[in-house]
Amino acid sequence: MLEARIPSGPIEDRWDKCRLEMRLVNPANRRKHSIIVVGSGLAGGAAAATLGQRGYHVDCFSYHDTPRRAHSIAAQGGINAAKNYRNDGDSIFRLFKDTVKGGDFRARESNVYRLAQISNNIIDQCVAQGVPFAREYGGLLDNRSFGGVQVERTFYARGQTGQQLLLGAYQALEEQVAAGRVTMHFRHELLDIVIVDGRARGIVTRDLVTGRLESHVADVVVLATGGYSNVFYLSTNAKACNCTAIWRAHRRGALLANPCFTQIHPTCIPLSSDYQSKLTLMSESLRNDGRIWVPKAKADKRAPRDIPESERDYYLERRYPSFGNLVPRDIASRAAKEACDEGYGVGPHGQGVFLDFGDAIRRLGLETVREKYGNLFDIYERITGDDAYTVPMRIYPAPHYTMGGLWVDYHLMSTIPGLFVAGEANFSDHGANRLGASALMQGLADGYFILPSVVPDYLASAPHNGVDTSHPAFRAVEAEVKGRIDKLLAIKGQRSPDSFHRELGKIMWDDCGMARSDAGLRKALARIPELREEFWHNLRLVGGDEEVNQALEKANRVSDLLELAELMCTDALDRTESCGGHFRLESQTPEGEAKRDDANFCYTAAWEWKGPAQAHALHKEALTFEHVPLAQRNYK
Amino acid sequence: MKLTLNIWRQPNANAPGKFVTYQVKDVIPEMSFLEMLDALNEDLIGRSEPPVVFDHDCREGICGSCGFLINGVAHGGQRATTVCQLSMRFFKDGQTLTLEPWRARAFPVIRDLMVNRSAFDRIIQAGGFISAHTGSAPDANAILVPKEAADMAFDAAACIGCGACVAACPNAAAMLFTSAKVTHLNALPQGQPQKDERTLSMVAAMSNEGFGSCTNHGECEAVCPKEIPLEFIGRMNRDLIQAAWHRHREPLTVPSVVQEPSHEDAHRQEGADVVGA
Repeated sequence: MLEARIPSGPIEDRWDKCRLEMRLVNPANRRKHSIIVVGSGLAGGAAAATLGQRGYHVDCFSYHDTPRRAHSIAAQGGINAAKNYRNDGDSIFRLFKDTVKGGDFRARESNVYRLAQISNNIIDQCVAQGVPFAREYGGLLDNRSFGGVQVERTFYARGQTGQQLLLGAYQALEEQVAAGRVTMHFRHELLDIVIVDGRARGIVTRDLVTGRLESHVADVVVLATGGYSNVFYLSTNAKACNCTAIWRAHRRGALLANPCFTQIHPTCIPLSSDYQSKLTLMSESLRNDGRIWVPKAKADKRAPRDIPESERDYYLERRYPSFGNLVPRDIASRAAKEACDEGYGVGPHGQGVFLDFGDAIRRLGLETVREKYGNLFDIYERITGDDAYTVPMRIYPAPHYTMGGLWVDYHLMSTIPGLFVAGEANFSDHGANRLGASALMQGLADGYFILPSVVPDYLASAPHNGVDTSHPAFRAVEAEVKGRIDKLLAIKGQRSPDSFHRELGKIMWDDCGMARSDAGLRKALARIPELREEFWHNLRLVGGDEEVNQALEKANRVSDLLELAELMCTDALDRTESCGGHFRLESQTPEGEAKRDDANFCYTAAWEWKGPAQAHALHKEALTFEHVPLAQRNYK
Repeated sequence: MKLTLNIWRQPNANAPGKFVTYQVKDVIPEMSFLEMLDALNEDLIGRSEPPVVFDHDCREGICGSCGFLINGVAHGGQRATTVCQLSMRFFKDGQTLTLEPWRARAFPVIRDLMVNRSAFDRIIQAGGFISAHTGSAPDANAILVPKEAADMAFDAAACIGCGACVAACPNAAAMLFTSAKVTHLNALPQGQPQKDERTLSMVAAMSNEGFGSCTNHGECEAVCPKEIPLEFIGRMNRDLIQAAWHRHREPLTVPSVVQEPSHEDAHRQEGADVVGA
């Protein structure tokens, strides 16, 4: 079932070999092929723009009012590339190795190697588009360092790298819209996928303004619909981020891989009220110059500046001297949680640690620090009212990224022929933990370079008989979608969609968050179906389906999160080892580090939907490590 | 604290709208403005009344989705802050706040506080890009970019496309938005080949969308959450005249010449209802 189509031969030649063997589509024939791209963030926007440039007819869908709103825009820190402009020992192989190791040996080597190779083309492409990366006075590109690595390979645009890269892709996309090769369908949300004769042939969407359900047909469907961190309710994701596209594809036969691999980002602004609707990230780049500490005394209520150096515990520098504050995210997050759980936490609820720029300001000067991180300090002040130039920031981990996603082969195709998955929506490159500045790299690698190579190969080989939206398969899926919306509206119970979402989030954070245990996961697995049952009997919506109805949109998304959450817990329970962001309390070293179990779990867990009342079936894709030998990660 | 909210309610683009008054209580200073509206909406759902529709997404001031007028000021009046980042600690107990959507002919209301800003996309389509076919780029360090140029390009590219500049302008002009993109791309060496065409086309597209003209009020700069400076409008006008000179195009319409105000004169309004909570 899981044929990953990994090319043979030396790892450095595999992508070239694959491209050489791929079939092409004659330029004159390209416009006869139609491609649906769902999502217009870095992966989707870049893919739609590039496929448009090549001459295909592309329909791109977004639930936003314009592609520039996609959540890629909120990425702050930067994008990695193996340019070695610093001449500090970087290379494609080292980026590859760092990423495999950072992912705690749960990613596919061949995919990661390709990612590292393409990283350099991405920077070239973005600069050519006018992305205003940070520069040195000589006019060359500047770099900085990120967690889990010992070189400076991260390109950045102040603290708004995601915004600038997304605007680059957005502008390229709008150019294709103007040229008539891409049609943008904005304020349209995917509600299901249509499969004809075993191939993905279209989607059913809802127009979020008029409520109209529409069927769209194409030769290929690309999902670039992001991750599912919002299963935790409180996360750094935007409010609309959801799992509906991947979950609907999953229910139609696409396997979902490693759903329990979620990333909890170490540097977020702590929770401040019960009404909080989301958490805000402070870029990992802050860990370049900020030092993380807690008081050595428990429940120390003194102002941070009154605590002398000798009474501070710079716990990351103490425990991991060679990487210090720049250990990978999973390790930094867990260490913060441990400090707080043991009673060393700071702030009103004791759920926070200090991120202190006092030393950096003394060493570099206020102006340099302002130049590098000014906008992040501004965000912090706006939310907390504190000036981080004089008072250390308080930070705490928050759900941020999901490494899991739809299973794809080397061609980024899911187990449904013709359904490609890109960016955070797939599972491919980050294993059990993603390194900083790698999400932008992966989204753009998939969008600009990989999809435009692999999609034509599929088009050149697949039969594309004249299916249109009058085909019975479209009618059937449309009827199902309509039935589902009617059902949601007809419940007329007592609770709002948000109240269910909050409750689900709490269950997931408590039992499937930073630390997971057999007992906790079993408890969640008992509770989630009960909550889902209540949702379908006690949901209250106001208004109808033929108008703007944001609560209806939300309810539909929550209903899918309620199903995905259960699979996440099932996956987490099944994987009794700890690896990367997946920390099982039962599997740790004497020092409290994550302990992998390579003998039993060196595989990707790909889950198959068997029906609403059925247990999922597990398929395993064995992982082999020929180039980066399996080893316990060591950042000490 | 307690607040009185007068909120513009309009069921769809074609129906008349009106202000409806709501009382909200139990507002705490740690809430953001949108979290306060979330609480109102939860309350409205509880009473089976339609919740207030507003665009929002990232809630960290970068996606540009959110935005409406609070007491006539776009994004509520805190410097360099979108409404999603506006904290309730900036308001006082007992205050009355009037919330209404962006008012501009080019931004028709979709529902309540939600408007259609597609006109901005069409301005970008006219030339807000650098044509670079994927895969054809030279090495990223092959062309040096002076730090000053890169910094200015970044300052301009920081625009989030929220539309506050248009809402704040007495003429509903999109000059700040358009000039920010023109400045971003025209400041870079990579943007030079298409500079003239870009400037001419984008300014023309802006006029075609029904935006008004600039009369140097500076209201746009004052409300811009990303502090895009007015200076960029001057730069765009300079590039426009230069482009016209290069092209020998006649006649040239310089958008800073007063034409007509492009605000909706007055929304059709029924008598305001008062709904107690």
